[in-house]
Amino acid sequence: MTALIFLIFACIAVFCGISLVVQTHPIASALSLIGVMGSLAILYLQLGGEFIAMAQIIVYAGAIMVLFVFVIMLLNAGAETPTFQASTFVKYLGIVLLVAFLGLISFIIQAALPKTEGVVFGGFQGTAADVGRKLFTSYLLPFEVTSVLILIALVGAIVLARKEI
Amino acid sequence: MPNAVPLSWYLILSAILFGLGVAGFIFRRNIITVFMSIELMLNAVNLTFVTFSYQFKQVDGHIYSFFVMVVAAAEAAVGLAIILTVFKNRSTLMIDDVNSMKY
Repeated sequence: MTALIFLIFACIAVFCGISLVVQTHPIASALSLIGVMGSLAILYLQLGGEFIAMAQIIVYAGAIMVLFVFVIMLLNAGAETPTFQASTFVKYLGIVLLVAFLGLISFIIQAALPKTEGVVFGGFQGTAADVGRKLFTSYLLPFEVTSVLILIALVGAIVLARKEI
Repeated sequence: MPNAVPLSWYLILSAILFGLGVAGFIFRRNIITVFMSIELMLNAVNLTFVTFSYQFKQVDGHIYSFFVMVVAAAEAAVGLAIILTVFKNRSTLMIDDVNSMKY
């Protein structure tokens, strides 16, 4: 069952990833990216990351992608016009080389990793309580620095989006 | 069908998504799509963190990927503001047309 769910959502993620790259309209790319994020959230749940799965849905698929779609609509971004015309041979050669490259990487990962017992659902539960306890003990300083980072980003975004620049 | 999923499958999926993100980053000409390819790469790295978190039975990987999400959110806010400013000044989203610092 774990393997079946993994295969289904891995296929959805790869399909949506390919769709993100080949679509010419930015809105279609954004919807594909939401598909990737949703299926990755399912895989996080399978790996026992319930907090990170919810954060993926809320922060990534919710907040960040809404921001993207908002900007696409604000700028009225249309379909991309190709700046140069690649020949058909080059296009197919590129696809073949990309597949060969990814296959090579897969082979190397498969060969380099030692044999482990594999992932089963429920084998490890990183509950939100565990994450929170660790975040506020071992990782307290990075957490506080993050708040400063967000403040800087907030001020920077406001300054950049002003009228005068 | 075996019940347990080998750990390497998750890493291979992550590598494939990262490769697709790099391909999109290189081949797309629209600046918003390039930006979304970066987000795809960040997602792929997050999957690796969570996978190793499972393997070592520690929640540290979840916290790293949480920090990656926070940085991605900040980066998206600032990056989209920069894109808005570029569009206001140049009225284009094609990165080939924004090349005055290049020559």
